[in-house]
Amino acid sequence: MERFSSPESFEFMINMGPQHPSTHGVFKLVLKLDGETVIDAEPEIGYLHRSVEKIAENRTYEQVLPLTDRLDYVNAMGNNLAYVMAVENAAGIEVPERAKAIRVIMAEFNRIASHLISLGTQGLEVGSHTLFLYCFREREKILDLFEKASGGRLTYSYFRFGGISKDLPKGWIDEAREFLNDFENKMEEYFVLLLDNPIYKGRTVGIGIIKPETAISYGASGPVIRGSGIPYDVRKANPYLIYNKLDFNIPTGENGDVWDRAYVRFQEMKESVKIIRQVIENLPEGSVLEREARYIVIEEGLSSYFSVESPRGELGFFIYSDGTEKPYRLKIRSPAFVNLSMIKEIIKGEKLADVPLVLGSLDPVFGEVDR
Amino acid sequence: MSVSEALLRGSLAALIGFTFVGISLVILNWFERKMGGRIQSRYGPMHVGFHGILQTFADLLKLLQKEYIIPQGANKLLFIAAPFMVMVPAIFVFLVIPFGPDLYAFRFEYSLLFILSFPALTSFGILAAGWASNSKYSLVASLRTVGQMISYEIPRLLSALSIALMAGSFAIDTIVERQAYLWFVLLQPIAFLVFFFSSLAEANRMPFDFTWAESELVSGFFTEYTGMRWALFFLGEYGALVAACLVTALIFFGGWYGPILPSPIWLIVKAALLLVFSLWIRWTWPRLRIDQWMRFSWKVLTPLSIANLLLTAFLMHWLGVGA
Repeated sequence: MERFSSPESFEFMINMGPQHPSTHGVFKLVLKLDGETVIDAEPEIGYLHRSVEKIAENRTYEQVLPLTDRLDYVNAMGNNLAYVMAVENAAGIEVPERAKAIRVIMAEFNRIASHLISLGTQGLEVGSHTLFLYCFREREKILDLFEKASGGRLTYSYFRFGGISKDLPKGWIDEAREFLNDFENKMEEYFVLLLDNPIYKGRTVGIGIIKPETAISYGASGPVIRGSGIPYDVRKANPYLIYNKLDFNIPTGENGDVWDRAYVRFQEMKESVKIIRQVIENLPEGSVLEREARYIVIEEGLSSYFSVESPRGELGFFIYSDGTEKPYRLKIRSPAFVNLSMIKEIIKGEKLADVPLVLGSLDPVFGEVDR
Repeated sequence: MSVSEALLRGSLAALIGFTFVGISLVILNWFERKMGGRIQSRYGPMHVGFHGILQTFADLLKLLQKEYIIPQGANKLLFIAAPFMVMVPAIFVFLVIPFGPDLYAFRFEYSLLFILSFPALTSFGILAAGWASNSKYSLVASLRTVGQMISYEIPRLLSALSIALMAGSFAIDTIVERQAYLWFVLLQPIAFLVFFFSSLAEANRMPFDFTWAESELVSGFFTEYTGMRWALFFLGEYGALVAACLVTALIFFGGWYGPILPSPIWLIVKAALLLVFSLWIRWTWPRLRIDQWMRFSWKVLTPLSIANLLLTAFLMHWLGVGA
């Protein structure tokens, strides 16, 4: 993209970010504007690059686990899950039934927490501050539950190879049940406050449309591709843990606009509530960690890829082993990065006021985009 | 009125006006934070004074100490003048607002026109601020101001015109006197809605705060301002909001008429209720997009207020009432 336009034209450049209140982290979007209409956009990432993949090559498998917490910091449980299962898959470690169930509960709670942030920031981007605080109030309760179970509020490292670090504390299930009942009522309130609001609908319907073929060609996943009407979800397409025994739907959108993506996330929260209910009603008894595998060596030359459905889409870990206790190569398939790569295509022709809205609807977390 | 009397009245009015505006803005700012806190299930300010009532004073003290930064490449004269260009017209309106049958600084036949036209000058201040800041965000915000102003001023004037038509006068006190038995809001509900929402747009309030729009424009036209210069914009906008609510109470809600209590109290109570309503909107609704608002204004509000004006004129002629 040409950075400077001729003095006669009415076009001008604007650097949105990396210090901008609504770029969802450190992200720079160089916009070429004609008045308020975006003609061209150039995303620039890398401001939060911490070379997680390279650091992982110099650490043992267990030492890599805390790094994964810091990838997508609003979905640390999901990252732990993806990494732990990738290693278990490669090393052939079995997991007790109770640990599987608890992993599902945690992953789904974290999905709700992550979607709450997404919904709240959607509110913030159209100037509805109230919903943002409501969403954070609910998220806080989930973080309290996580804190009781794992000891951490944001970075948990709760899962271990072969199970989870410790069983749920006494009374945790009752608290979780209480939260779910309360949360279901609150959801209706949020729907009326934002998603069903005529102003919000006017702002988002028909904005930032992603066509199904565009989504597929970019390799999008998660609510972004489901918003365009493609029911792709790793939990259904390639079930892991106990997801094949659970009853839940894959909500999809119709037009692939900002509103559809927000609504898909909203409905996914409902589905997550449904999943957690089913799991906690039939929680198996027994141990959560048979034998903690502290020292793991994966067979030489073995490469394995394992992906889970994170709130942002298909989060995958590729591990290539050279037979030592450290991964020779660890590659993270970051859904936020893949989804964000569409921004240039979908932002063209929209108004400046819609840029944060469209960006927010892709729900990027820059810890994961830059890795 | 002789020149010396006019000067005396003017300076007294300015003194009283600034005091009134200042106090009401400080209280309003505290109240808005408290109400926002209540709506968002948090406390709001709690530490400075009883339930944080002195928080705004603390904030003003802090702002007084701040360094004045003028960005590189800014037009210094305009940059410094712009806050005053926003603040002064907003405060000037209070000169002609009557708080009771005999409680006003200046009375003249066209006070309604004065009230409607003078705050429009704040747009020049905002335009100057955005242009002088040498920042692209500010520039976009100031260009939005112009688009916004030409869209809300016309329906606002037209809806006020139908009130002037019913009262047969442009003098605010005459308009209020005509409402001794029946408020104009009951006769002119459409004019009220158009007028009130255009007034919100004039004060750059939610859902029309495009010039502020922190989600895309950082802080809009005052992104580059610091300290008291920033606070002047802030006070100017609050002043415009208070003035808009007072005027709405005067021309639609019977102004100072009400039982038992003295007339200024009634006016302030009515204006305060309208203020609460506007704050409630601010903390609940999302923001419109500027082109949506302009389309709505030109395609809905303007034809609606023209139709309303014509209907009012025809009905008055047909029924043989009015001036």
